Amino acid sequence: MSTYVVRRLLQSVFVLVGVTFLVYFILFQTGDPTFLSVSTDASQQEVERVRHQLGFDRPWYIQYAEFLSKAVRGDFGTSLRQGVPVTGIVLDRIPATLELAITALVISLVVAFPVGILAATRRNTFMDQTAMLAAVLGQSAPTFFVGIMLLFIFGGMLGWFPIGGRGQAGPGDELRHLILPAVTLATFSMARNARLIRSSLLETLGLEYVTVAWAKGLAEPAVILRHALRNALIPVITVIGLDFGALLGGAIITETVFAWPGVGNLVVKAIGQKDFPVVVGCVTMLAVVFIVINVIVDVIYGYIDPRIRRA
Amino acid sequence: MLMARPTTLLAVAILVLVIACGVFAPLVAPHAPRQGDLIDSKLPPSWLAEGDSRFLLGTDELGRDILSRIIFGAQVSLTVGFSAVVLAGAIGVTLGLVAGYFRGVADDVVMRVADVQLALPQILMAIAILAVLGPGLKNVILTLAITGWVTYARVVRGEVLSVREKDFIQAARCIGVGHVKIMFRHILPNVVASIIVIASFAVAGTILAEAALSFLGLSVGPDVPTWGGMVASGRDQIITGQWWIYTFPGLAIMLTVLGINLLGDWLRDYFDPRLRT
Repeated sequence: MSTYVVRRLLQSVFVLVGVTFLVYFILFQTGDPTFLSVSTDASQQEVERVRHQLGFDRPWYIQYAEFLSKAVRGDFGTSLRQGVPVTGIVLDRIPATLELAITALVISLVVAFPVGILAATRRNTFMDQTAMLAAVLGQSAPTFFVGIMLLFIFGGMLGWFPIGGRGQAGPGDELRHLILPAVTLATFSMARNARLIRSSLLETLGLEYVTVAWAKGLAEPAVILRHALRNALIPVITVIGLDFGALLGGAIITETVFAWPGVGNLVVKAIGQKDFPVVVGCVTMLAVVFIVINVIVDVIYGYIDPRIRRA
Repeated sequence: MLMARPTTLLAVAILVLVIACGVFAPLVAPHAPRQGDLIDSKLPPSWLAEGDSRFLLGTDELGRDILSRIIFGAQVSLTVGFSAVVLAGAIGVTLGLVAGYFRGVADDVVMRVADVQLALPQILMAIAILAVLGPGLKNVILTLAITGWVTYARVVRGEVLSVREKDFIQAARCIGVGHVKIMFRHILPNVVASIIVIASFAVAGTILAEAALSFLGLSVGPDVPTWGGMVASGRDQIITGQWWIYTFPGLAIMLTVLGINLLGDWLRDYFDPRLRT
């Protein structure tokens, strides 16, 4: 078991380096951001001077190497726009994004499990078909559209919730601001997980050991929850790991729609402003979170299903 | 078989409608999508009080007909959706075949690159790449293909790993059939079913991704009507209440993707009855 964990961790480090390399390389093709640090009517000489001062005239792999050596110590450079250390800016915003993503994940699971289980056990009934229709609609709706519609109906028309931003005035206010974005972000996952749980459970329910459980005379909850669900969970857990990545990605859009002060919002703006250090810092941070979650999921997966460990 | 399920029929109907809009847009649309008169701006749909019968679904803030823009918007969504998937599929399937068949270094390299790419949310990578390449139809297709090939590669690789052990493959090697021919002529046909299922859901995902990109203003140029772009421009009207500007394009996206998802469900059941629910 421990070799498996170590292996995954080493892989993760490699992936992380690869990610930063990729992002650095891509961003570098947009041209160097010297112009952000000089005024628009600066002479060519002035531009060259600043460029040299900031180190942008060196080949990109040299700059990357320097970045890497600093990054390992937690120093992601300084924002070109704001002139403050990147690490601080990004860390400031991580809690907001995590709050949003985790809430969305919880909402998604809390809804998807009962719906999926009920739909599987009452297969082809009206309830099943309505639930699955709702699920496929939820999977087809673009996140930003869900967000805007929710904003319009509950924020604009009914006025129950604020239009955007993150509440700072105590837990009640925070909750009011959190609900709409979290539900928006959760929609796609919720729908997809409900369908997945249903189909996975249906597959498991057809297996022989479940028939044995019924034959033994066990009551329905015991059969479903104690026997079938455990094995049905295996593909579901993998998906939850991937889900988190999708949630982080979806958070980028949701944060933009709701003006939520998270990392996603920051990275979109920074890309537009060509604020390289911030972009790289954000992406690295997001990648770290995602990789960590995936390693945890893989370890849990390896724990539940011994076949994976030997692979 | 197709007739067996009402949802599949619905899906086909929706898709035929959308494709017809895309292909015959200049003929079907009542107005030119980019022309608008400020006098006509922000008119509600024709069935409402201040609506105008010339503009069935109303007009946007520049006086352009929403219905016509939606019809033309289908062109971008469909083109990007299908092209990016075909391109991603070509890349992904080839890499998956190579990785699964040759194993060893090729396998390791492909899978590591795949891991690195998967560590980033697709949207984020797409935004970054488009920031480099700039807007434009070809760039969007290329970007979504680059960010989307991984699923194909992984699944194909997995299936190749099992198919390559089968006797008929060993037999082909024995009589001297070359590697390339074995991969494409013998292994690939057995893997096609999965590819088709992935591809169908990938089209849905790609259309959603393109919509998100045009919502952020990063897709094709600002001139071209896109569904995502229409939702974005309508966003300012949430407070002022001109809901038709963003609701109808959003519904267009949703219904199109719905049709594709339902069709994908049918395809999946067709290729593997065990999964039928």
